[in-house]
Amino acid sequence: MQSIGEAFGLALQLVASGDGDLLEIVLLSLRVSLTATAVACLIGLPIGALVAIGRFSGRGAVLIVMNALMGLPPVVVGLVVYLHLSRSGPLGFLGLLYTPTAMIIAQTILIAPIVAALSRQVLEDLHAEYAEQFRSLCLTRLQTVQALIWDARYSLLTVGLAGFGRAVAEVGAVIIVGGNIDHLTRVMTTAIALETSKGDLALALALGLILLVIALGVNAAVQSVRMTAARHAHV
Amino acid sequence: MSDTALPLATKLKDAVPAAPLMPLSVRDLTLRFGETTVLDGLNFDLGSAGCTMIMGPNGSGKSLLLKLLHGLMAPTSGHIDWGGQDPQAVTKRQALVFQKPVLLRRSVAANIDFVLKTRGKDRGRRDALLDHVGLAHKADQPARLLSGGEAQRLALARALATDPEVLFLDEPTASLDPASVLAIETIVRDARNRGMRICFVTHDMGQARRMADDVLFLHGGRIAEHTAARDFFCEPQSASAQNYMDGRLVV
Repeated sequence: MQSIGEAFGLALQLVASGDGDLLEIVLLSLRVSLTATAVACLIGLPIGALVAIGRFSGRGAVLIVMNALMGLPPVVVGLVVYLHLSRSGPLGFLGLLYTPTAMIIAQTILIAPIVAALSRQVLEDLHAEYAEQFRSLCLTRLQTVQALIWDARYSLLTVGLAGFGRAVAEVGAVIIVGGNIDHLTRVMTTAIALETSKGDLALALALGLILLVIALGVNAAVQSVRMTAARHAHV
Repeated sequence: MSDTALPLATKLKDAVPAAPLMPLSVRDLTLRFGETTVLDGLNFDLGSAGCTMIMGPNGSGKSLLLKLLHGLMAPTSGHIDWGGQDPQAVTKRQALVFQKPVLLRRSVAANIDFVLKTRGKDRGRRDALLDHVGLAHKADQPARLLSGGEAQRLALARALATDPEVLFLDEPTASLDPASVLAIETIVRDARNRGMRICFVTHDMGQARRMADDVLFLHGGRIAEHTAARDFFCEPQSASAQNYMDGRLVV
Protein backbone atom coordinates (compact mmCIF):
# COMPACT_ATOMS: atom_id res chain seq x y z
CA MET A 1 0.00 0.00 0.00
CA GLN A 2 1.46 3.32 -1.09
CA SER A 3 1.03 6.69 0.55
CA ILE A 4 -1.27 9.11 -1.26
CA GLY A 5 1.62 11.35 -2.32
CA GLU A 6 3.68 8.41 -3.59
CA ALA A 7 0.68 6.97 -5.46
CA PHE A 8 -0.13 10.34 -7.00
CA GLY A 9 3.44 10.74 -8.24
CA LEU A 10 3.45 7.25 -9.78
CA ALA A 11 0.05 7.95 -11.34
CA LEU A 12 1.31 11.09 -13.06
CA GLN A 13 4.33 9.13 -14.31
CA LEU A 14 2.05 6.45 -15.74
CA VAL A 15 -0.08 9.01 -17.53
CA ALA A 16 2.96 10.92 -18.80
CA SER A 17 4.70 7.79 -20.07
CA GLY A 18 1.64 6.69 -22.06
CA ASP A 19 1.64 3.26 -20.42
CA GLY A 20 0.30 0.61 -22.83
CA ASP A 21 -2.05 -1.09 -20.36
CA LEU A 22 -3.41 2.26 -19.26
CA LEU A 23 -4.00 3.35 -22.84
CA GLU A 24 -5.73 0.08 -23.70
CA ILE A 25 -8.13 0.48 -20.75
CA VAL A 26 -8.89 4.09 -21.59
CA LEU A 27 -9.51 3.34 -25.27
CA LEU A 28 -11.83 0.41 -24.47
CA SER A 29 -13.77 2.61 -22.03
CA LEU A 30 -14.23 5.28 -24.68
CA ARG A 31 -15.18 2.73 -27.35
CA VAL A 32 -17.80 1.06 -25.15
CA SER A 33 -19.33 4.25 -23.78
CA LEU A 34 -19.33 6.17 -27.08
CA THR A 35 -20.96 3.24 -28.89
CA ALA A 36 -23.53 2.86 -26.10
CA THR A 37 -24.26 6.61 -26.27
CA ALA A 38 -24.74 6.49 -30.05
CA VAL A 39 -27.10 3.51 -29.86
CA ALA A 40 -28.96 5.02 -26.89
CA CYS A 41 -29.47 8.22 -28.90
CA LEU A 42 -30.78 6.24 -31.88
CA ILE A 43 -33.31 4.55 -29.59
CA GLY A 44 -34.02 7.30 -27.06
CA LEU A 45 -34.35 10.31 -29.35
CA PRO A 46 -37.24 9.01 -31.52
CA ILE A 47 -39.05 7.75 -28.41
CA GLY A 48 -38.56 11.13 -26.73
CA ALA A 49 -39.80 12.92 -29.87
CA LEU A 50 -42.88 10.70 -30.20
CA VAL A 51 -43.88 11.20 -26.56
CA ALA A 52 -43.13 14.94 -26.82
CA ILE A 53 -45.57 15.62 -29.66
CA GLY A 54 -47.93 12.67 -29.24
CA ARG A 55 -51.21 12.87 -27.39
CA PHE A 56 -52.39 9.37 -26.50
CA SER A 57 -54.11 7.64 -23.61
CA GLY A 58 -51.65 6.45 -21.00
CA ARG A 59 -49.16 9.22 -21.86
CA GLY A 60 -48.96 10.27 -18.21
CA ALA A 61 -48.00 6.74 -17.20
CA VAL A 62 -45.38 6.60 -19.97
CA LEU A 63 -43.87 9.86 -18.66
CA ILE A 64 -43.69 8.49 -15.13
CA VAL A 65 -42.00 5.29 -16.33
CA MET A 66 -39.57 7.22 -18.55
CA ASN A 67 -38.57 9.53 -15.74
CA ALA A 68 -38.29 6.64 -13.27
CA LEU A 69 -36.06 4.69 -15.65
CA MET A 70 -33.57 7.59 -15.60
CA GLY A 71 -32.61 6.43 -12.12
CA LEU A 72 -32.07 2.76 -13.04
CA PRO A 73 -29.47 1.29 -10.66
CA PRO A 74 -26.50 0.12 -12.80
CA VAL A 75 -26.09 -3.11 -10.82
CA VAL A 76 -29.71 -4.04 -11.48
CA VAL A 77 -29.26 -3.40 -15.20
CA GLY A 78 -26.06 -5.46 -15.08
CA LEU A 79 -27.88 -8.28 -13.35
CA VAL A 80 -30.78 -8.31 -15.82
CA VAL A 81 -28.43 -8.25 -18.82
CA TYR A 82 -26.33 -10.98 -17.17
CA LEU A 83 -29.41 -13.18 -16.71
CA HIS A 84 -30.29 -12.79 -20.38
CA LEU A 85 -26.78 -13.31 -21.75
CA SER A 86 -25.64 -16.08 -19.42
CA ARG A 87 -25.36 -19.55 -20.93
CA SER A 88 -28.74 -20.63 -19.51
CA GLY A 89 -30.42 -17.32 -20.39
CA PRO A 90 -32.64 -16.66 -23.42
CA LEU A 91 -29.80 -14.97 -25.33
CA GLY A 92 -27.04 -17.23 -24.03
CA PHE A 93 -26.55 -18.79 -27.47
CA LEU A 94 -25.09 -15.48 -28.71
CA GLY A 95 -22.05 -15.99 -26.48
CA LEU A 96 -21.88 -12.30 -25.62
CA LEU A 97 -21.33 -12.50 -21.86
CA TYR A 98 -17.96 -11.05 -20.78
CA THR A 99 -17.44 -9.25 -24.07
CA PRO A 100 -17.36 -5.51 -24.81
CA THR A 101 -20.67 -5.99 -26.69
CA ALA A 102 -22.34 -7.09 -23.45
CA MET A 103 -21.00 -3.95 -21.79
CA ILE A 104 -22.34 -1.80 -24.62
CA ILE A 105 -25.77 -3.44 -24.27
CA ALA A 106 -25.82 -2.83 -20.52
CA GLN A 107 -24.77 0.82 -20.84
CA THR A 108 -27.24 1.39 -23.67
CA ILE A 109 -30.08 0.12 -21.46
CA LEU A 110 -28.82 2.37 -18.70
CA ILE A 111 -28.67 5.60 -20.67
CA ALA A 112 -31.36 5.21 -23.38
CA PRO A 113 -34.05 6.22 -20.82
CA ILE A 114 -31.96 9.27 -19.88
CA VAL A 115 -31.71 10.32 -23.53
CA ALA A 116 -35.43 9.63 -24.08
CA ALA A 117 -36.63 11.49 -20.99
CA LEU A 118 -34.35 14.52 -21.40
CA SER A 119 -34.95 14.84 -25.14
CA ARG A 120 -38.70 14.52 -24.52
CA GLN A 121 -38.48 17.49 -22.17
CA VAL A 122 -36.39 19.56 -24.62
CA LEU A 123 -38.63 18.79 -27.61
CA GLU A 124 -41.87 19.25 -25.69
CA ASP A 125 -40.83 22.72 -24.53
CA LEU A 126 -39.94 23.71 -28.10
CA HIS A 127 -43.13 22.13 -29.44
CA ALA A 128 -45.21 24.19 -27.01
CA GLU A 129 -43.73 27.26 -28.68
CA TYR A 130 -44.01 26.05 -32.29
CA ALA A 131 -47.18 23.92 -32.22
CA GLU A 132 -49.78 26.49 -33.22
CA GLN A 133 -47.60 27.93 -36.00
CA PHE A 134 -46.88 24.43 -37.30
CA ARG A 135 -50.59 23.56 -37.32
CA SER A 136 -51.25 26.76 -39.23
CA LEU A 137 -48.62 25.67 -41.76
CA CYS A 138 -50.27 22.21 -41.94
CA LEU A 139 -47.02 20.33 -41.32
CA THR A 140 -47.13 16.56 -41.18
CA ARG A 141 -46.08 14.82 -37.99
CA LEU A 142 -42.78 13.80 -39.59
CA GLN A 143 -42.07 17.36 -40.74
CA THR A 144 -42.86 18.60 -37.23
CA VAL A 145 -40.48 16.11 -35.58
CA GLN A 146 -37.71 16.86 -38.08
CA ALA A 147 -38.04 20.61 -37.55
CA LEU A 148 -38.11 20.23 -33.76
CA ILE A 149 -35.03 17.99 -33.70
CA TRP A 150 -33.12 20.32 -36.01
CA ASP A 151 -33.99 23.45 -34.05
CA ALA A 152 -33.22 21.74 -30.73
CA ARG A 153 -29.99 20.19 -31.97
CA TYR A 154 -27.73 22.06 -29.55
CA SER A 155 -29.83 21.13 -26.55
CA LEU A 156 -30.05 17.54 -27.79
CA LEU A 157 -26.26 17.40 -28.10
CA THR A 158 -25.96 18.26 -24.44
CA VAL A 159 -28.47 15.49 -23.72
CA GLY A 160 -26.18 13.04 -25.56
CA LEU A 161 -23.16 14.30 -23.62
CA ALA A 162 -25.06 13.83 -20.34
CA GLY A 163 -25.75 10.24 -21.39
CA PHE A 164 -22.11 9.68 -22.23
CA GLY A 165 -21.05 11.12 -18.87
CA ARG A 166 -23.30 8.66 -17.07
CA ALA A 167 -22.09 5.71 -19.18
CA VAL A 168 -18.36 6.31 -18.88
CA ALA A 169 -18.56 6.80 -15.11
CA GLU A 170 -20.67 3.79 -14.16
CA VAL A 171 -19.12 0.63 -12.78
CA GLY A 172 -21.92 -1.62 -11.52
CA ALA A 173 -23.31 -2.82 -14.85
CA VAL A 174 -20.06 -3.28 -16.77
CA ILE A 175 -18.34 -5.21 -14.00
CA ILE A 176 -21.21 -7.74 -13.88
CA VAL A 177 -21.57 -8.33 -17.63
CA GLY A 178 -17.96 -7.61 -18.61
CA GLY A 179 -16.21 -9.38 -15.79
CA ASN A 180 -13.25 -6.95 -15.76
CA ILE A 181 -11.09 -9.34 -17.82
CA ASP A 182 -7.60 -7.99 -18.47
CA HIS A 183 -7.02 -6.97 -22.11
CA LEU A 184 -10.61 -7.86 -22.98
CA THR A 185 -13.27 -6.13 -20.87
CA ARG A 186 -11.29 -4.04 -18.41
CA VAL A 187 -12.47 -0.45 -18.49
CA MET A 188 -11.47 2.51 -16.35
CA THR A 189 -14.09 2.20 -13.64
CA THR A 190 -13.75 -1.57 -13.20
CA ALA A 191 -9.95 -1.28 -13.19
CA ILE A 192 -10.09 1.43 -10.53
CA ALA A 193 -12.27 -0.81 -8.34
CA LEU A 194 -9.94 -3.79 -8.83
CA GLU A 195 -6.63 -1.97 -8.41
CA THR A 196 -7.89 -0.19 -5.29
CA SER A 197 -8.87 -3.49 -3.71
CA LYS A 198 -5.44 -4.91 -4.65
CA GLY A 199 -3.70 -1.87 -3.13
CA ASP A 200 -2.17 -0.69 -6.45
CA LEU A 201 -3.25 2.87 -5.92
CA ALA A 202 -0.96 4.34 -8.62
CA LEU A 203 -2.84 2.72 -11.55
CA ALA A 204 -6.20 3.37 -9.88
CA LEU A 205 -5.33 7.02 -9.34
CA ALA A 206 -3.95 7.40 -12.88
CA LEU A 207 -7.24 6.06 -14.27
CA GLY A 208 -9.18 8.23 -11.85
CA LEU A 209 -7.30 11.29 -13.10
CA ILE A 210 -8.08 10.44 -16.73
CA LEU A 211 -11.73 9.87 -15.84
CA LEU A 212 -11.84 13.27 -14.20
CA VAL A 213 -10.24 14.87 -17.26
CA ILE A 214 -12.89 13.20 -19.45
CA ALA A 215 -15.63 14.46 -17.13
CA LEU A 216 -14.15 17.94 -17.34
CA GLY A 217 -13.87 17.61 -21.12
CA VAL A 218 -17.52 16.57 -21.43
CA ASN A 219 -18.62 19.54 -19.31
CA ALA A 220 -16.41 21.90 -21.29
CA ALA A 221 -17.98 20.52 -24.48
CA VAL A 222 -21.49 21.08 -23.08
CA GLN A 223 -20.58 24.64 -22.13
CA SER A 224 -19.03 25.32 -25.53
CA VAL A 225 -22.08 23.92 -27.34
CA ARG A 226 -24.33 26.19 -25.24
CA MET A 227 -22.18 29.22 -26.02
CA THR A 228 -22.16 28.40 -29.75
CA ALA A 229 -25.95 28.09 -29.64
CA ALA A 230 -26.27 31.42 -27.85
CA ARG A 231 -23.92 33.06 -30.36
CA HIS A 232 -26.11 31.87 -33.20
CA ALA A 233 -29.25 32.93 -31.34
CA HIS A 234 -30.51 29.38 -31.20
CA VAL A 235 -31.46 29.72 -27.54
CA MET B 1 -38.88 24.78 -70.53
CA SER B 2 -41.43 25.01 -73.35
CA ASP B 3 -45.10 24.73 -72.53
CA THR B 4 -45.40 21.46 -74.38
CA ALA B 5 -42.67 19.94 -72.22
CA LEU B 6 -44.65 20.45 -69.02
CA PRO B 7 -45.88 17.23 -67.46
CA LEU B 8 -49.58 16.65 -68.06
CA ALA B 9 -50.39 16.72 -64.35
CA THR B 10 -48.84 20.18 -63.99
CA LYS B 11 -50.75 21.49 -66.95
CA LEU B 12 -53.99 20.09 -65.60
CA LYS B 13 -53.36 21.53 -62.15
CA ASP B 14 -52.73 24.97 -63.63
CA ALA B 15 -55.63 24.69 -66.00
CA VAL B 16 -58.22 23.77 -63.38
CA PRO B 17 -57.94 26.09 -60.39
CA ALA B 18 -59.38 24.82 -57.11
CA ALA B 19 -62.85 26.09 -56.30
CA PRO B 20 -62.60 29.42 -54.42
CA LEU B 21 -62.75 29.54 -50.62
CA MET B 22 -64.88 32.67 -50.63
CA PRO B 23 -67.54 33.63 -49.84
CA LEU B 24 -67.41 32.71 -46.17
CA SER B 25 -70.59 31.92 -44.34
CA VAL B 26 -70.65 31.62 -40.53
CA ARG B 27 -73.78 30.39 -38.83
CA ASP B 28 -74.56 30.16 -35.09
CA LEU B 29 -70.85 29.93 -34.23
CA THR B 30 -70.47 29.30 -30.53
CA LEU B 31 -67.38 28.59 -28.46
CA ARG B 32 -67.53 27.67 -24.81
CA PHE B 33 -64.82 26.82 -22.31
CA GLY B 34 -66.63 24.97 -19.55
CA GLU B 35 -69.31 27.32 -18.27
CA THR B 36 -67.83 30.37 -19.99
CA THR B 37 -69.28 31.33 -23.37
CA VAL B 38 -66.54 33.10 -25.34
CA LEU B 39 -68.33 33.41 -28.69
CA ASP B 40 -72.08 33.36 -28.63
CA GLY B 41 -73.97 32.41 -31.79
CA LEU B 42 -72.14 34.50 -34.41
CA ASN B 43 -73.76 34.88 -37.84
CA PHE B 44 -72.00 36.73 -40.64
CA ASP B 45 -70.88 36.48 -44.26
CA LEU B 46 -67.70 37.72 -45.89
CA GLY B 47 -67.53 38.53 -49.59
CA SER B 48 -64.87 37.37 -51.95
CA ALA B 49 -62.56 40.39 -51.82
CA GLY B 50 -61.28 43.07 -49.51
CA CYS B 51 -59.98 43.60 -46.01
CA THR B 52 -62.23 42.94 -43.02
CA MET B 53 -61.05 44.57 -39.82
CA ILE B 54 -62.14 42.64 -36.75
CA MET B 55 -62.34 44.98 -33.78
CA GLY B 56 -63.58 45.00 -30.24
CA PRO B 57 -62.34 45.35 -26.68
CA ASN B 58 -59.94 42.86 -25.07
CA GLY B 59 -61.63 39.56 -24.32
CA SER B 60 -64.33 40.02 -26.94
CA GLY B 61 -63.16 36.88 -28.77
CA LYS B 62 -61.36 38.37 -31.80
CA SER B 63 -58.27 36.12 -31.73
CA LEU B 64 -60.35 33.04 -30.99
CA LEU B 65 -62.60 33.87 -33.94
CA LEU B 66 -59.53 33.97 -36.22
CA LYS B 67 -58.35 30.59 -34.92
CA LEU B 68 -61.79 29.09 -35.48
CA LEU B 69 -61.98 30.47 -39.02
CA HIS B 70 -58.45 29.15 -39.72
CA GLY B 71 -59.35 25.69 -38.43
CA LEU B 72 -56.91 25.72 -35.50
CA MET B 73 -59.78 25.18 -33.09
CA ALA B 74 -63.13 23.46 -33.31
CA PRO B 75 -66.27 25.38 -32.31
CA THR B 76 -68.56 24.08 -29.59
CA SER B 77 -71.40 24.41 -32.09
CA GLY B 78 -72.28 26.16 -35.34
CA HIS B 79 -70.93 26.09 -38.88
CA ILE B 80 -68.11 27.71 -40.80
CA ASP B 81 -68.53 27.29 -44.54
CA TRP B 82 -65.65 28.32 -46.81
CA GLY B 83 -67.26 28.27 -50.24
CA GLY B 84 -68.55 24.77 -49.64
CA GLN B 85 -65.02 23.39 -49.38
CA ASP B 86 -63.96 20.44 -47.22
CA PRO B 87 -63.11 22.00 -43.80
CA GLN B 88 -60.06 19.71 -43.53
CA ALA B 89 -58.53 21.18 -46.67
CA VAL B 90 -59.22 24.83 -45.90
CA THR B 91 -56.40 25.58 -43.43
CA LYS B 92 -53.74 24.80 -46.02
CA ARG B 93 -55.12 27.48 -48.33
CA GLN B 94 -54.94 30.14 -45.62
CA ALA B 95 -52.19 31.69 -43.49
CA LEU B 96 -52.19 33.25 -40.04
CA VAL B 97 -49.73 35.83 -38.73
CA PHE B 98 -49.73 35.81 -34.94
CA GLN B 99 -49.40 38.84 -32.72
CA LYS B 100 -46.07 37.49 -31.43
CA PRO B 101 -44.29 35.94 -34.39
CA VAL B 102 -43.00 32.40 -33.82
CA LEU B 103 -39.74 32.21 -35.73
CA LEU B 104 -37.61 29.13 -36.14
CA ARG B 105 -34.17 29.11 -34.52
CA ARG B 106 -32.58 29.53 -37.93
CA SER B 107 -31.46 32.29 -40.24
CA VAL B 108 -33.96 34.68 -41.82
CA ALA B 109 -33.53 32.96 -45.20
CA ALA B 110 -33.88 29.48 -43.65
CA ASN B 111 -37.22 30.49 -42.11
CA ILE B 112 -38.56 31.12 -45.61
CA ASP B 113 -36.80 28.07 -47.08
CA PHE B 114 -38.49 25.88 -44.48
CA VAL B 115 -41.98 26.92 -45.54
CA LEU B 116 -41.23 26.77 -49.27
CA LYS B 117 -39.78 23.28 -48.83
CA THR B 118 -42.45 21.80 -46.55
CA ARG B 119 -45.24 23.23 -48.70
CA GLY B 120 -43.63 22.09 -51.95
CA LYS B 121 -43.23 25.62 -53.33
CA ASP B 122 -40.57 26.93 -55.68
CA ARG B 123 -37.52 27.57 -53.46
CA GLY B 124 -36.21 30.12 -55.92
CA ARG B 125 -38.84 32.58 -54.64
CA ARG B 126 -37.07 33.10 -51.33
CA ASP B 127 -35.00 36.14 -52.34
CA ALA B 128 -37.97 37.82 -53.99
CA LEU B 129 -40.09 37.30 -50.86
CA LEU B 130 -37.37 38.72 -48.58
CA ASP B 131 -36.93 41.63 -50.95
CA HIS B 132 -40.68 42.23 -50.92
CA VAL B 133 -40.69 42.67 -47.14
CA GLY B 134 -37.39 44.58 -47.08
CA LEU B 135 -35.31 41.89 -45.38
CA ALA B 136 -33.01 40.82 -48.23
CA HIS B 137 -30.02 42.41 -46.49
CA LYS B 138 -30.69 40.37 -43.33
CA ALA B 139 -31.05 37.01 -45.08
CA ASP B 140 -28.12 35.37 -43.28
CA GLN B 141 -28.83 36.76 -39.83
CA PRO B 142 -30.38 34.65 -37.08
CA ALA B 143 -34.12 35.28 -37.19
CA ARG B 144 -34.35 35.53 -33.41
CA LEU B 145 -32.10 38.59 -33.40
CA LEU B 146 -34.46 40.62 -35.58
CA SER B 147 -36.25 43.65 -34.12
CA GLY B 148 -39.98 43.38 -33.45
CA GLY B 149 -40.91 45.03 -36.75
CA GLU B 150 -38.45 42.94 -38.76
CA ALA B 151 -39.62 39.73 -37.08
CA GLN B 152 -43.22 40.53 -37.97
CA ARG B 153 -42.26 41.30 -41.59
CA LEU B 154 -40.48 37.93 -41.75
CA ALA B 155 -43.59 36.23 -40.35
CA LEU B 156 -45.59 38.01 -43.04
CA ALA B 157 -43.17 36.90 -45.79
CA ARG B 158 -43.44 33.35 -44.48
CA ALA B 159 -47.22 33.55 -44.61
CA LEU B 160 -47.11 34.93 -48.16
CA ALA B 161 -44.72 32.11 -49.16
CA THR B 162 -47.62 29.68 -48.80
CA ASP B 163 -49.64 31.62 -51.43
CA PRO B 164 -52.71 31.84 -49.18
CA GLU B 165 -56.11 32.78 -50.54
CA VAL B 166 -57.05 34.14 -47.13
CA LEU B 167 -54.59 35.93 -44.83
CA PHE B 168 -55.44 36.26 -41.14
CA LEU B 169 -53.55 38.86 -39.14
CA ASP B 170 -53.87 38.90 -35.36
CA GLU B 171 -52.79 42.34 -34.19
CA PRO B 172 -49.56 42.14 -36.22
CA THR B 173 -48.59 45.73 -35.48
CA ALA B 174 -49.28 45.81 -31.74
CA SER B 175 -46.33 47.51 -30.01
CA LEU B 176 -44.52 48.36 -33.27
CA ASP B 177 -43.20 51.80 -34.17
CA PRO B 178 -44.93 53.89 -36.89
CA ALA B 179 -42.37 53.00 -39.58
CA SER B 180 -42.85 49.27 -38.95
CA VAL B 181 -46.63 49.69 -38.92
CA LEU B 182 -46.46 51.49 -42.26
CA ALA B 183 -44.22 48.76 -43.73
CA ILE B 184 -46.62 46.00 -42.64
CA GLU B 185 -49.69 47.88 -43.86
CA THR B 186 -48.05 48.45 -47.24
CA ILE B 187 -47.34 44.74 -47.66
CA VAL B 188 -50.86 43.76 -46.54
CA ARG B 189 -52.47 46.36 -48.81
CA ASP B 190 -50.44 45.04 -51.73
CA ALA B 191 -51.61 41.49 -50.97
CA ARG B 192 -55.21 42.70 -50.77
CA ASN B 193 -54.87 44.52 -54.09
CA ARG B 194 -53.62 41.30 -55.66
CA GLY B 195 -56.85 39.58 -54.63
CA MET B 196 -55.93 38.01 -51.31
CA ARG B 197 -58.78 38.07 -48.78
CA ILE B 198 -57.63 39.76 -45.56
CA CYS B 199 -59.05 39.34 -42.05
CA PHE B 200 -57.21 41.74 -39.78
CA VAL B 201 -57.62 42.03 -35.99
CA THR B 202 -56.61 45.40 -34.59
CA HIS B 203 -57.20 47.84 -31.75
CA ASP B 204 -55.69 50.71 -33.71
CA MET B 205 -58.51 52.97 -34.91
CA GLY B 206 -56.26 54.83 -37.35
CA GLN B 207 -55.11 51.55 -38.85
CA ALA B 208 -58.69 50.37 -39.19
CA ARG B 209 -59.61 53.57 -41.04
CA ARG B 210 -56.60 53.15 -43.37
CA MET B 211 -57.10 49.47 -44.13
CA ALA B 212 -60.75 48.51 -43.73
CA ASP B 213 -63.23 47.66 -46.43
CA ASP B 214 -65.65 46.45 -43.79
CA VAL B 215 -65.57 46.23 -40.00
CA LEU B 216 -66.74 43.38 -37.80
CA PHE B 217 -67.14 44.72 -34.26
CA LEU B 218 -67.29 42.15 -31.49
CA HIS B 219 -68.48 42.85 -28.00
CA GLY B 220 -68.91 40.30 -25.25
CA GLY B 221 -68.58 37.40 -27.67
CA ARG B 222 -71.30 38.71 -29.97
CA ILE B 223 -71.31 40.73 -33.16
CA ALA B 224 -72.27 44.24 -32.20
CA GLU B 225 -71.94 45.50 -35.75
CA HIS B 226 -70.78 44.35 -39.19
CA THR B 227 -70.90 47.12 -41.76
CA ALA B 228 -68.92 48.75 -44.53
CA ALA B 229 -65.99 50.78 -43.20
CA ARG B 230 -67.43 54.15 -44.20
CA ASP B 231 -70.69 53.47 -42.34
CA PHE B 232 -68.90 52.13 -39.30
CA PHE B 233 -66.66 55.14 -38.82
CA CYS B 234 -69.25 57.79 -39.77
CA GLU B 235 -72.37 56.37 -38.20
CA PRO B 236 -71.77 53.42 -35.92
CA GLN B 237 -75.04 51.68 -35.23
CA SER B 238 -74.20 50.10 -31.89
CA ALA B 239 -73.59 51.94 -28.65
CA SER B 240 -70.63 49.71 -27.84
CA ALA B 241 -68.86 50.58 -31.11
CA GLN B 242 -69.57 54.29 -30.57
CA ASN B 243 -68.19 54.09 -27.02
CA TYR B 244 -65.16 52.17 -28.23
CA MET B 245 -64.37 54.80 -30.85
CA ASP B 246 -64.88 57.59 -28.38
CA GLY B 247 -62.31 55.96 -26.14
CA ARG B 248 -64.82 55.22 -23.43
CA LEU B 249 -64.31 52.09 -21.42
CA VAL B 250 -66.15 49.17 -22.97
CA VAL B 251 -66.58 46.15 -20.71
